[in-house]
Parts: sequence; structure tokens; C-alpha cells
Amino acid sequence: MTGAINDSGGTGTGATGNGGGIGRAAFEAVPWAAGGREGQPERLVFERSSPGRRASSFPDAGALPPVDLDRVLPAGFRRTEPVRLPEVSERDLVRHYTRLAHRNYAVDLGFYPLGSCTMKYNPKVAEAAAALPGFARLHPAQPAEQVQGALELLARLEHALCELTGLAAATFQPAAGAHGELTGLLIIRAHHEARNDPRRRVVIPDAAHGTNPASVRLAGFEVTTVASSPEGLIDLDALEQALDTDVAAFMITNPNTLGLFERNIAQVAKLVHRVGGQLYYDGANFNAILGKARPGDMGFDVVHLNLHKTFATPHGGGGPGAGPLVVAEHLVDFLPAPVVVRDGDGYRWDTDRPRSIGRVHGWNGNFGILVRAFAYLLANGGDGLRGVAERAVLNANYLLERLSSAYQLGYPSRPVMHEFVLSARKQKGQGARALDVAKGLIDRGFHPPTVYFPLIVEEALMVEPTETESVETLDSFAEAMLEIAAQAQADAGPLRQAPVTAPVGRLDEARAARTLVARWHPPSEPDRAGSDPADEGPPDKPTS
Amino acid sequence: MLATLGLDDVDQLFKPIPSDLRAPADLDLPRPHAEQEVAAELGRLAARNRHLDELTCFLGAGVYDHYVPAAVWYLAGRGEFATSYTPYQPEMSQGVLQALFEYQTLISELTGLEVSNASLYDGASAVAEAATMAVAATRRSELLVSAAVAPRVRELLETYSRGLDIKLVEIGALDGQTDLEEVRGKASDQTAAVLLAQPNFFGVVEDVAAAAELSNGVGARLLVSFDPLTAGVLEPPGRLGADIVVGEGQGLGNHPNFGGPAFGFLACRPEDVRRLPGRLVGETLDTAGRRAFVLTLQAREQHIRREKATSNNCTNQTLNAIAAAVYLSWLGPQGLEEVGQLCLRAARYAADRLARIPGVRLAFPEQPFVKEFVVRLPADPAEVSRRMVDHGLLAGLPLTGLAPGLEDGLLVAVTERRTKADVDRLADALAAVLADLGADRAEGAGDGRRKGEEVAR
Repeated sequence: MTGAINDSGGTGTGATGNGGGIGRAAFEAVPWAAGGREGQPERLVFERSSPGRRASSFPDAGALPPVDLDRVLPAGFRRTEPVRLPEVSERDLVRHYTRLAHRNYAVDLGFYPLGSCTMKYNPKVAEAAAALPGFARLHPAQPAEQVQGALELLARLEHALCELTGLAAATFQPAAGAHGELTGLLIIRAHHEARNDPRRRVVIPDAAHGTNPASVRLAGFEVTTVASSPEGLIDLDALEQALDTDVAAFMITNPNTLGLFERNIAQVAKLVHRVGGQLYYDGANFNAILGKARPGDMGFDVVHLNLHKTFATPHGGGGPGAGPLVVAEHLVDFLPAPVVVRDGDGYRWDTDRPRSIGRVHGWNGNFGILVRAFAYLLANGGDGLRGVAERAVLNANYLLERLSSAYQLGYPSRPVMHEFVLSARKQKGQGARALDVAKGLIDRGFHPPTVYFPLIVEEALMVEPTETESVETLDSFAEAMLEIAAQAQADAGPLRQAPVTAPVGRLDEARAARTLVARWHPPSEPDRAGSDPADEGPPDKPTS
Repeated sequence: MLATLGLDDVDQLFKPIPSDLRAPADLDLPRPHAEQEVAAELGRLAARNRHLDELTCFLGAGVYDHYVPAAVWYLAGRGEFATSYTPYQPEMSQGVLQALFEYQTLISELTGLEVSNASLYDGASAVAEAATMAVAATRRSELLVSAAVAPRVRELLETYSRGLDIKLVEIGALDGQTDLEEVRGKASDQTAAVLLAQPNFFGVVEDVAAAAELSNGVGARLLVSFDPLTAGVLEPPGRLGADIVVGEGQGLGNHPNFGGPAFGFLACRPEDVRRLPGRLVGETLDTAGRRAFVLTLQAREQHIRREKATSNNCTNQTLNAIAAAVYLSWLGPQGLEEVGQLCLRAARYAADRLARIPGVRLAFPEQPFVKEFVVRLPADPAEVSRRMVDHGLLAGLPLTGLAPGLEDGLLVAVTERRTKADVDRLADALAAVLADLGADRAEGAGDGRRKGEEVAR
């Protein structure tokens, strides 16, 4: 079976002669290249199970008085059958997860230019710091006098985030960006209610991240979407029409998801504030303006930051992140309680916050991520952070320049900030869609850009190189993209078959949704979770 | 690179930002630090905290000092997992996807429900997600919430309910257990769900089967927040009739981390799968017919459905869920049972020892518990815990202000890491501290339970 697919070519190195070897060479660094598609798939840990085998051991409990289970636990409460966990030795366990690791791409392996995701390199000193027992082995219910170092870290990180955003105070409870959005919107809700001016609507641009409208709904508001202008910016006339005294907030990303700075932002703030609305800053793209411009100075009232993007904490395969929320002075009272405050020479939790919206996390948010972010802050310092933004923007514009001959730009405005959106509309006409371009990149050893987002660009490829990549990496990625464009022009067929060198080929996603199998069952048991065909996602779903 | 762009200064790229919106140059930020300076400063801050290798921990209340095996973060911390993004490109993300598929299977086994998602932020927010599911599934808005659910979880539910059409109705606790008679009285055709914790905030084991019968009787869902490390001794709530089981996953291979990162889990029945929040991994085939894994049912999620999504979840706690999968595979069925029984044995021994101290009594001596329990002290529990630190002990969580009627309560957690010697040290130190406070001769010593006493209403 693999032979048939390999025969189709796929990498197209010979088709163009356009630096084909470069992408290929980059790919060889990826560990799965050794096994390639001929490598054996890794069985499930359950399929490695052998009765009686185990990795765990526990001390002899002999010193403790025995307990008669029948006496201390009523029969109806007690487990009746063993839980079917796998039975494996530690050796098998380690080999299994190591092999799974080899079937996964990561920033530690190579370039990961996912637009809006800011996949920068994650410095290891931050990992070492977060693993210190003085941080990792702290219980969240320990009284303040036992955790002064942790509280000092939170207070200093808060101060830095306030400086960088130009706002007054922060909460660290939100565990992710979307969690920060919900928190911010609940604060905005509380602000309007406290003024006896409850409002129902939140306005967002059509280019917004999907979490924005979802968070708006969770906070109990209705979504009003406004279209972007032909330049890819906020359309001031459309905005003005959407605004009235029922609008609680206008929620935007700046630079926006096209990578463009909203240069009319001061005017936007004026319009929103004129009707009593609040201006919300989605910090997904904060990397572009770090230390160069501040949301607070632009008129924003509420900002969430994604520390797993801007502050280089690892994404963990999809989390944990941290989405602290920073607010202007007039909203400080509404922040989730408790907050860290100074207390003489030390710090304490302030729980007496009568106007607070309440908790959004069981404890103090993803503290371990905050430790890493603080390490990043210290390492870079103010000057370093400004340099981060400058190199991120330089890398994006350089890469765009190298790609603009072969791919159309989603919107014509330039320079871009930290990212840009290409359209594969020309390649689509040749038979290779954005998805095929993306899969072709996998065969060339790169993670693809975000595809099919933002929704307002046809066949979108959203590229964010970040500041941590070298010019050599950007050049080899550009070569791979140009080679793919040439391949599409010559014969798009092989791109539609890509990837052919990854551990698996393209997947039947419709099948996964149609006959849902969301867990393993022993061979003797049928799969029980049914699903229906109506549940398949649209073919052009964004993947960022 | 600048030359390629025809520029001589990188600042020219920032010209779209109006000059009056440029940040001031004198922001109050740290200077750049060399790596060894960063390490030293973080080391200094860490050293200002008294951590659990230094203090013997009997503090729980949702975050527990369970043993984290060496293999867990050796594997979960690998760069291929830690520095990858959400597996939206499945061909190059099979490692994370398969680990999550295994995680889902393991959570399904622990909870006794068929479908688990791929993790949520934490145990508390998982409860709010479950409540949202139940409201959507039943098209009702009332949630009966046991007063024996942790206060911080109830606080979070209240916060989330501000934006949602959810009405919270409290159900009292009687002798430390959810008052099911009150559930019977208040459950109606308006009830979307009943919420319990198993074991509950006081450590007491709830009668999940009876609660399920009451909920099902009015067409409501039963939501249970479950401590997964008790699954070695307790029947999983899903097998007792719970419809949605959520919980805090910290104990499954994650360090306490001052409260995070850990993760929340959520499992449900197949009929509720389309209302499931967050990511879900499913099995499928690739073009060559090989088994492979992929994010599925994405039509529920925000990046497709936007304002009609089941939740706004995007970034979750994948790496912590992978750590849990490694931990549970390390544990095996035998290990899970041993952890459960060790906790139970050590906790029973601790309760016996503490209750023999003059003036100290168990708050709920008749109720079953497996890992955590409440003692009532003849002195201010906060003051007592402060003094216990001088003996190198975190004695537990003072319940003052957290549970009406239990102002003198101390919530004590005993994990498999606590030895007989640790427990003896706890009991001896408590006796000494109470003697110092002159509280060892107070009235009501020994078993002073008042029948029918109402607690935490």
C-alpha cells in the first residue's frame, strides 16, 4: 500500500529544480524520517498490556492497622470490578511514550509558522525554574506567609504586564486565552450592571478568532459581526452603524488576524466609548507590539494576554497556557477574587472584594506557566522585549517578501506586522488547495501555517514566523513554499497525495465523525459511542 | 534581511502605528538577565516558599500530595509533546493524538462513562462546563447544588452562571452528607441537573445511586465531581447512574503547582456527545487504511461553530492530560487499588489517632470516608495549623468561614505518601499544640457527635 503512494512522488524535488534539496534536508532532521511511512505504527498502551505486569510499586502498609472494607464502606459504594488500566512494565511504558513522541512534530524539532499561535522557541531555563520544588511542590491552600516567593513573583509579573499594556491591574486566574476572554466579558457585564445600564450586544469584526464569539455567548451577550474594509481593517462606517447604547463592548485583535495594525484605533476607541461601550483587546497578537505600543494608550479597557504565545511558554500539545487579564482602573474592583496585594514588606491575598465577579479558576490559574513567563520576562528585560517585537515583524516582512512572487496576499496592505495571510487561490486554480500546500510542507519537514483562517480570505495560509527563527530557517521554508508553488503549476497531483513521508497519510476525517470511536475497547466488546453523519465539520474548517 | 526589504531601520516597519501611540521608552521593566542570573533569581524566589518536601502535607481540599513517579514527567516533559501545538495537522501529530485517545479511554474507565473529552482547565471549571451541558440537554435552567461541594467550586459556578441562564439552588448537607430528602423535595420538571461531589468536600462518601434515582425521576442529569484516585476503592459514579462525571485531575501524575497547571476531566454518555465541550480525539483510517487518530466532532467547537459552539474552550491542558495517561499506565489496575487502599488505611488510622486526643472529635464519625475527613478542634483551627507548621506539618485546611456550623473544623487529607510515622507525628504534634493553647481540657472531648446535627447548610 505504501508503495502505491510513494510512487506518486509527493515531494516533487525533481519537478522544479528550485532548491528542492533544501526542504528535503530540513526534513531529514525529523526523527520519523528514519522509520518513514514504512515504520510500524505504535500499538495502543492497552494492546501492550499483559496480565500481572506492572510499573508501580508502593511501600508495605503493614505498619498501618488493617481495615475491614466491609465495615468501613457500605457494599453499594464499593468498586465491584477492577478498573481496566493497562498492565505494563516501566520499560514498556517508557518505550511506548518515547515512540509516540517520535510520531509528533514540535518546536524543538523545527519551524512551526502557525499564524496567530506564536510558536516561538521555549527557553529551557524557564522549564528548570518551574520544576523547582519551591514552585512545583506548593499547595495552593498554604497560607500567604509560607508562599511569599510565589506571591512576589505574581506581583512582579503583574506589574510588568501592566507596564506593557498601559493598564492598572491583572488577574492570573484564566488558564487560557479563551478563559481570559470570558473573564473580561463578565467584568464588562458587571461594569454595566453596576451602572444600572445592562447591555445585550458585543460587536466583533468578521476576522475575529472563533473563541471571541463563543466567549461572547458564554458571557450572556449576543454577537454582532461587522465586516472589514477592503484594506482588511475595521470599517469605521460599519462600526458606527453597529454601535448604540445596547453595545457592551467592541472586541478586537490588534494587529488584527490579517497581521495589520488598526491604524484608526484611536478613532475606534472614541466611537466605542461615545456610546458607553468598553474596548476589549484580544492579546493573541501582542507579540507584534511588545514594548512598542500599549493597548491602554490606544484606549483599550480590557486586555487578555496569551503567555503561552507572547511569553514563550510551551504549548504542550494544546495546553496548558495562561490567559491573564489586565484591566483599566475603572474595572479593577470587578477582577476575580482574590488578588495579590502588598502587605508591609510582604504580600497577601486580598479576599475582601465585594464587587468582584468571583472565581473563574479553582485556585490561582496555571501558576507553573506564570513562573516560566516570569523567567522569560527577566531574561529579556524591557529592551529585549522590544527587540522581540522588532525581530518578529522583520521576520514576517522578510518571509512575505520572499513568498509574494508565488502566492497572492490575502489583503494588499503592507508592511505587515508579525504575521501575514497568503491566499492559495492561484494554486487552487491549478488543482492544489491551501490544504494541499499545507500537506506538501509536511513532506518538506515543516509544520504548515494556519489554513482556512481568517475566514474572510479565500484559501487562507496564515504565516507567523516569530522572532526566534534564523534567516537560514526562513530561507529554507521559503524555498519549500516556492517549490510547492512550482509543483502546483507543473502538476498538482502529487500535492493532493501529500504527505507521503509522515507516519500516516491523510486521514478520513469524515469517518472519524460518522462512526465515532473515542476510546479503545477490548476486542470482545463492541464500540458503543454512536454518531450521526450530520456531524461532519465543513470541509474548509480553519486549523490554527 | 533589511536590505531585502529595502529598509535601513527596522523601526520603519512600525510606521502603521501612529507616532502618538508609541510606547514610552521608560517603561518600568527589568533589565535583561543572563541565564545564570535568571536561574538565581527564580531560585531565590522558590527558596522563599515552604514546599511539600519540607512540610509533611495533610492539606488537601481538591489538591493532594500523591506520589508522582519519575517516569511521568520524564516522558510527558519531552520536547516532542511539550513544545507542540494542538494537533490540528494529524499526520505529524499522531503522538499527541494517540496519547489523548489513550487518556480518553483511561478516564472513561475511571468514571464509568463511555466518552471523555481531551481535558479542560481544572476540576472547578469542568463543573461549570458540565452544568452548561446539562442545561442545553434538558432545556431547563435550574441546578441543585449540594452544599457539600467545595466552596471554591460553588463560587466558580456562581461566576459562570452570571452569563448563562442557570439558576443555582442550594441543597443542604446533613451530618456531612448531601440531604437527599431535600433533593427529593426540590427536584422538579425545572431541574436541569443535580450536582454532588464524590467524595464530597468533607471527605464523606455520597450515595450516588440514590441521587441518580432522584435526578432521573424528574428527567434531570446527575453531575458528579469525582476524585479519580478513589476509583480503586469506590465504584465509579457512571456505574451508579451519574450522567456526567467531572473532576480535578491533579492527583493523576501532576504536581500541586500552587494550584495549576493540572487539568479537569469530563466524561458523559454517548447521547450527550454532541454537547461535549472542548476537544475530542477519534479513531479513523489514513489513505493506506492504517489506524490513526484525529480531532473529531469539531462542529461542536468554537473555531467552526463560533457563537453556536458548545463552549469557548480552545487551549486546554493537554500536557497534563498526557501526564495523567502515563501515570495511570504506570499505576495499572493493581496500583490503583493499592493507592486507594493505602489512602483509606492511613486516613482511618489518622482519624482514630486524632479522635483520641482530648477535645478533638470527628465531625462525622458515622459516615464513610476514604482519604479525607473533618475533625473538630477545641481551639481556632487556623491558629492550630499555624502552630503545627513549627512541627514541620501542614495539618489540614481550617474550615473557619468555609462551612457554616463547622467553624472549629479542620479538613485533613491523608494520601498514600503518608506513613504511620507521619500520622503519629501529626497526632503527637496536635496534642502538644492543643496543650500549649490550654485547649486540651475543653468539654465535648471524644465522640461528641450530636445526632441529626445540620452542617454546612
